[in-house]
Amino acid sequence: MLDTATAEALAAAGVTKRFGGLVAVDNMSFTLAEKEVLGLIGPNGSGKTTMMNLISGALKPSAGQISVYGHAVAGIGASAVAKRGIARTFQLVRMLPTMTALENVAAGGVFGHARRWGKELDDYAHALLARVGLPNAAHAPVSALTYIDQKRVELARALASEPKILLLDEWLAGLNPTELKIGIALIEQLRVEGCTIIIVEHVMHAIRSLCDRCIVMNSGAKIAEGTPAQVLADHDVIRAYLGDENA
Amino acid sequence: MSNFVFSAAEWRNLLICAGLFVLAAIVPLVADGYVLQITISIVMYTALATSWLLFSGPTNYIALSTAAFFGIGMYVTAGGIDLVPYPLLILASGIAGAVMAAIVGLATLRVAGVYFVIFSLGLAELVRQFMTWGQHVLGTMSGLYVTIDRTEPMYYWQLLLLTAAVFLVGWWIGRSRLGFALRIIGNDELVAVHCGINTARAKVVLFVISSAFASVAGAVVAPRWGYVEPGVAFNPFVSFQVVIMALLGGTHRLWGPLVGVIPFVLLWELISIAFPSQTTLLLGICFLLIVYVIPNGITGLIEDAWKRRGKAGGTAAGPVQSPVQQSPVRQKSQNA
Repeated sequence: MLDTATAEALAAAGVTKRFGGLVAVDNMSFTLAEKEVLGLIGPNGSGKTTMMNLISGALKPSAGQISVYGHAVAGIGASAVAKRGIARTFQLVRMLPTMTALENVAAGGVFGHARRWGKELDDYAHALLARVGLPNAAHAPVSALTYIDQKRVELARALASEPKILLLDEWLAGLNPTELKIGIALIEQLRVEGCTIIIVEHVMHAIRSLCDRCIVMNSGAKIAEGTPAQVLADHDVIRAYLGDENA
Repeated sequence: MSNFVFSAAEWRNLLICAGLFVLAAIVPLVADGYVLQITISIVMYTALATSWLLFSGPTNYIALSTAAFFGIGMYVTAGGIDLVPYPLLILASGIAGAVMAAIVGLATLRVAGVYFVIFSLGLAELVRQFMTWGQHVLGTMSGLYVTIDRTEPMYYWQLLLLTAAVFLVGWWIGRSRLGFALRIIGNDELVAVHCGINTARAKVVLFVISSAFASVAGAVVAPRWGYVEPGVAFNPFVSFQVVIMALLGGTHRLWGPLVGVIPFVLLWELISIAFPSQTTLLLGICFLLIVYVIPNGITGLIEDAWKRRGKAGGTAAGPVQSPVQQSPVRQKSQNA
């Protein structure tokens, strides 16, 4: 292994998404290195979630190219993107309501990037539940779980595919202060384990503590890029968030 | 026990089912005439309603295409009866149904559920009109005779074998990756695609399997009916009856339709005798009653009662042991 830290995991080049006349994502270009944790931030409506949907294949870009470890993924469809090793969580947590926590987790580990079945899948899903802090909830129906526990299940489901890149779309949103600490600790643990992650988040102290690098979006375009400290001090970024008079 | 490991309880259930089928096979030895006729009806509708469930149960797509595939099976058999050995025709019917289901499925299953429902209903009518036109062009009579030497018990056993095959395939799908994929799709299609599931392919595969069984059922009963013409073979009534029976029984268990078919066929006999001209009206009323009063079917009622009893008795049997038992309650909101 030669200097894997700089291997390019993901590259976006000139990615644009138009909805009719609205340009939701405007000519975005950036790269993500292996084992890097990248924060994607910006005010509401700046196109962050659209960008996540473009990467995960839920949407097809109007222009531009996205590649994962050199393979073009733009427009190949979400299930094919998942097989390439991209896993995601959703802005509003999405459970499979008629299934147990264990089955919810297992769902991520059968059809995508990693494919397990039978006892191997069962053991792996149990291990993942333990890893996200729910060792005893395997057979609980997901409706019986608290919000943070549902988030844990969703995270475990994403991890079940052994993703090359993990997309966390406002995964910390809606958590109370205690839960927030647990949530940040969980992501920190993934970071230490060497996961490659893109985080869309509004919780700034989480961004500061978790991200190696940040990209700031406004009106669909990239307005700043750098370490969290750099971008959060940036004049344009402050103006985008708070308006001209505060800049 | 989790779903991904084969358990002793499942072996036990399989053995019980095998025993029940052997018992069912004895019926023609002890019953004949009218009783046998009704049991043949029950077995045929069990095969149709259970195969309907294979696709519509997990995906929540209400398919009204049973009559289309049933009719195709009948026509393949009627058309080839003088040319090809009968067992080959049964196979050919299944293949013909599968091919048509694949074409229809690829064309329609990418669109939202409601369009599929309408299309599936229209399909039977489309094929019926096509057959009528074809016979007109060929200048033959409006129907075909299917004559073959078969006794009533033989039809019964053939249909019972078909039913056993439907149950076995359904059980196998439930255990397979395909079945798991379909449960995920039924829960949340967006999650399914991001888990790497090719949802369109999974749905088409299931639709093909389900439809092929309906065609085989048509092939089996064609000689029993003796005379096949488009209005009878592609009668939309069959599609609706199959859906109602399955809903009455409940769609969350493989054996759900069976529980609906038995009372429905018996009730239907009474209705057809007492009110021969109002059958359509009564079918509609049954539909409304089932949807409003017992949306989860008889199996749903049984399971709810079972759970209440478990709670009242305070038994140690953990209520969350079986994941499947949890489903009917929450499915209610989805079906409503």
